[in-house]
Amino acid sequence: MPTSEEVFEKVQAALVDALGVEDDEVTPEATMVGDLGAESIDFLDIVFKLEKSFGIEIPREELFPDDILTNAEYVADGKVTDGGLAALKERLPWADLSKFEGNPRVQDFGNLLTVQDLCKYVETKVS
Amino acid sequence: MRWFWIDRFEEFEVGRHAVALKNVTLAEEPLDDYAPGIPHFPHSLMIEGMAQTGGLLLSQLSEFKARIVLAKVTKAEFDTIAEPGDQLRYRATLVNIQEDGAICEGEISVNGNPLGTVELTFASLDESFGNDSFFVPGDLVRILRSLRLFEVARNEDGSSVAIPEHMLADEQRLMQLAK
Repeated sequence: MPTSEEVFEKVQAALVDALGVEDDEVTPEATMVGDLGAESIDFLDIVFKLEKSFGIEIPREELFPDDILTNAEYVADGKVTDGGLAALKERLPWADLSKFEGNPRVQDFGNLLTVQDLCKYVETKVS
Repeated sequence: MRWFWIDRFEEFEVGRHAVALKNVTLAEEPLDDYAPGIPHFPHSLMIEGMAQTGGLLLSQLSEFKARIVLAKVTKAEFDTIAEPGDQLRYRATLVNIQEDGAICEGEISVNGNPLGTVELTFASLDESFGNDSFFVPGDLVRILRSLRLFEVARNEDGSSVAIPEHMLADEQRLMQLAK
């Protein structure tokens, strides 16, 4: 099983390759969309590179819970409900949702994922 | 002028790989203007040729209904040039296919020798980009025939790939209009 450092190095390499960013821009705290400039189509590339690099399979819904965020049961007035937050936590146990919980606007979810979140997710897959 | 940067398909294995040829000639405008005195085929147009090869390979999976666009050139590395009289060969392999796009790895050779490699990301546009088709199906099928796509296209079991019914029907419609 790879160490956390090894996971970070591979995730960093995948992001540098897919997004054309510099090594030092890919810090654990950097958000994928806001800081690294990832657009939706980049995630196709990022997921592919991670699958290849770690020899894992990444089902889309594990990283992108669109079904929860578009479910009327879990969203009200553009915000994720308590039930929705519970569903997100269950689906994405590796993600730090603490900031999002303060003001869980659906439109902000896309910019939530950090490099550290991605590393934690990968660690759950390779362990 | 039509934006064709491949001449003919040589191989077409459904959903997996395709090989297309491109003959380079001094009669093409880009060779004249690109580097006066050193006529060679622009590498940017090789990327376009690979995108057309891989894009049609991906589009075929939806009977050419999906609206496929080149979303990103992830990598493009070229070691040499192609000059008038040379023959380029684009080998496109779809290495990952998802609902919203695909990743294509491409190898380019010139006269049988490696020239470069590219990696492309295609996006399949959804309804948020409108519903207009990119092509008139009856028109596109004529282009695909010209490229000899259906002559070489094979399914996984080795059987030939049929021309989609909706394209044939639209071609009939165009012929009626022309009368």
